[in-house]
Amino acid sequence: MKNALGREIPEYISGVAEVKVFAGAFDTPPSMNRQAPKVKTVHPTDSKMLDSLAEVFAKIPVTDGMTLSFHHHFRNGDGVVNMVLTTAAKLGLKNLKVALSSVFPVHAPLIEHAKNGVVTALDTNYMSGPVAKAVSQGLFATPVVMRTHGGRGRAIECGQLKIDVAFIAAPAADEYGNINGVQGPAACGSLGYAFPDAQYADYVVAVTDYMVEYPLSPVSIPQTRVDYVVKVDCVGDPKGIVSGTTRITKDPVGLKIADNAAKVIQAAGLIKAGFSFQTGAGGASLATAAVVRRMMEKDGVTGSFALGGITGYMVDMLEKGLFKKLIDVQGFDLEAIQSIAKNPNHLEVGADYYASPFNAGCAVNKLDAVILGATEIDTDFNVNVVTGSDGVIMGGSGGHSDAAAGAKVTIVVANLLRGRLPIIVDKVLTATTPGETIDVLVTERGIAINPRRTDLKEKILAAGLPVKDIQELKELAEKIAGAPKQIKTGEKIVAIVEYRDGTIIDVVRQVEE
Amino acid sequence: MDMKLRRSMLFIPGNNPGMLQNGGVFGADSVILDLEDAVAPSEKDAARFLIAHALRTVDYGCSEKVIRINPLDTFAAEDIKAVVPCHPDAILVPKVESAEDIHTAVQMIAAAEQPDQTPVKIIALLETPRGILEAYNIAKADPRVVALALGAEDYTAGLGAMRTKEGTEIFTARTILVNAAAAAGVQSIDTPYTDANDEEGLLADTELAKRLGFKGKLSINPRQIDVIHSVFNPSISDIDWAEQVIHAIRKAEAEGSGVASLNGKMVDLPIVNRAERILHLARLLGLIEGAK
Repeated sequence: MKNALGREIPEYISGVAEVKVFAGAFDTPPSMNRQAPKVKTVHPTDSKMLDSLAEVFAKIPVTDGMTLSFHHHFRNGDGVVNMVLTTAAKLGLKNLKVALSSVFPVHAPLIEHAKNGVVTALDTNYMSGPVAKAVSQGLFATPVVMRTHGGRGRAIECGQLKIDVAFIAAPAADEYGNINGVQGPAACGSLGYAFPDAQYADYVVAVTDYMVEYPLSPVSIPQTRVDYVVKVDCVGDPKGIVSGTTRITKDPVGLKIADNAAKVIQAAGLIKAGFSFQTGAGGASLATAAVVRRMMEKDGVTGSFALGGITGYMVDMLEKGLFKKLIDVQGFDLEAIQSIAKNPNHLEVGADYYASPFNAGCAVNKLDAVILGATEIDTDFNVNVVTGSDGVIMGGSGGHSDAAAGAKVTIVVANLLRGRLPIIVDKVLTATTPGETIDVLVTERGIAINPRRTDLKEKILAAGLPVKDIQELKELAEKIAGAPKQIKTGEKIVAIVEYRDGTIIDVVRQVEE
Repeated sequence: MDMKLRRSMLFIPGNNPGMLQNGGVFGADSVILDLEDAVAPSEKDAARFLIAHALRTVDYGCSEKVIRINPLDTFAAEDIKAVVPCHPDAILVPKVESAEDIHTAVQMIAAAEQPDQTPVKIIALLETPRGILEAYNIAKADPRVVALALGAEDYTAGLGAMRTKEGTEIFTARTILVNAAAAAGVQSIDTPYTDANDEEGLLADTELAKRLGFKGKLSINPRQIDVIHSVFNPSISDIDWAEQVIHAIRKAEAEGSGVASLNGKMVDLPIVNRAERILHLARLLGLIEGAK
């Protein structure tokens, strides 16, 4: 059957209980109750401390077929996922589902566990590196479920992603299970992506290498939701956890795009008191923030909040009074970690608060403008951020679809040519974020506005910005680089791309090894 | 007189295919595809090939296509032979020191032009004390010369002075060049501001250049274009003033009066010329309506 974007979705997909196809960004209302985990009691003399992961497995007990969840705040420095799965393999467990909010190159050992039948299902919002490549080549018999950051929060809260045991990599913990992300050698800042797991998993285990005296403070995840605490030698490599200070791009083309993106925000009339903004940590996104900042400084504007993944640049804007608050679901650098630890206006929030579509209101709904990237965008403004030009998975929505749906103005910034390939195509290989939620595409050779937004078009034209039809931009790119051939994929579905509301927006098919 | 807008003239390294392809996206009035300083001697041949190809295939939009060749006593002949047949709009000739240099360049360019080709213009880059002294003769040497540009780095070395951000050491060269260009009826283009990270410095330096009478500025980084344009664009008050001047003149003409006045001051020919230039610029930039 075809979904609202015209994507062919099979009526039956292995591992999916009920195939519901994407009907529109806001066209599938919820019809369920929240998931209710087991109620427990801990007696005054009970200890939550266990000596090893093996002991945790025995105590719970972890059995074949369970779903184990993890957060990705340690990014490519994570040690906990590999540690837990090694334990599972040693204990001879099979058929586990790994629900890891993002998969990085460091998680390569997952491939062996999959081949050995220890792990047979994967649920994630983003993947890059060897696992992503192996998945694309058909590593798993059942398709990997790829969600958005808000969608994962929703799936957990609504019982669609039922977690048996959440292993929470904890930069700091006390013996009663209070956790924060701002102390210890593996400090990572916000622990927002672990919040839903801690709330709704049947069992929650804190895995830490940094114990502090009870009671730990500040508390990100409270003792009331944590069943066991395990101290290990090392939870992760700080070098892979925290990036260096993120720098603004010096590439003149990237700067040109950033400049135009900021001018679009200005033309839309959003640079005024109460302005709220989200941008990525990439060079060009940050460059847009830099231009927006200059505009705010020039006009003496105090914004309301900046949202999403937080960098030192945003921290500086908070400290200079350009934003009143930062709403932080994930911190990228040391400055972000230090700020969330000490600044009461720097808020730590969970993935559900950030972006879940099925609750009583998430933060992306309050966004004025968001700057997003794209691997491909089609002439209907649908965006692919899952697969690369070779059809191999190299990313995922993360918060892309969530922020796009929530913000008043959603801007995709992209070089018209990526290497030698035009970024605009007739039909994206993998639809990730629906075109109805994308308002503007900014490239170095012109700005295309979604025809749904005639209101914006008038304002942007009035500002004298170089507006072009998206078809015209596509032809311009093809004049320079030619039209690339559609790549051929196999039949097997290796991943389903779930929209934030739980419907299927697309599927990813196998590529050749 | 050549009224082409040259507020900003952006250097693009001739050995960088990516930059050559994207040179047109930054909105500079001119792009200068560079065969000289940006390119090592061993790479001159490759850069010539790249630039020739870029001239034939890349769409530089509204930007004028200018090629900076090597000095006349080095690789200029090969450069001209390679690029002139590909229809550049102008050649930026470096280290020009005399009218004779211009005659030499014109001969080489004319010899390389295709039969049906629009004559390629010349912009003379003056970057020696002698070149500055000869500025007027250089500007008048041939009708192909449409602008004089200042290259302050080499010039300062030639003086034996220290190059500073304030630019005291190039004050004389700037005023001589502007004066010579005005006297010869060609444009004057200021030296580039070489610290691409110092936006305030660029703004101050460009404002100084405008006050001295320059019509544009060389640029070594696309990030500088917007600042340079913001200085050379006529302001709203400039445009208002110019429109009032023209209105006063028309009114005087209609009334058969030989003398027009605005706010109690006589409007004479130089004022009218200045007002017309502002309005011409404003029309070119789409700041006001009217025939281009």
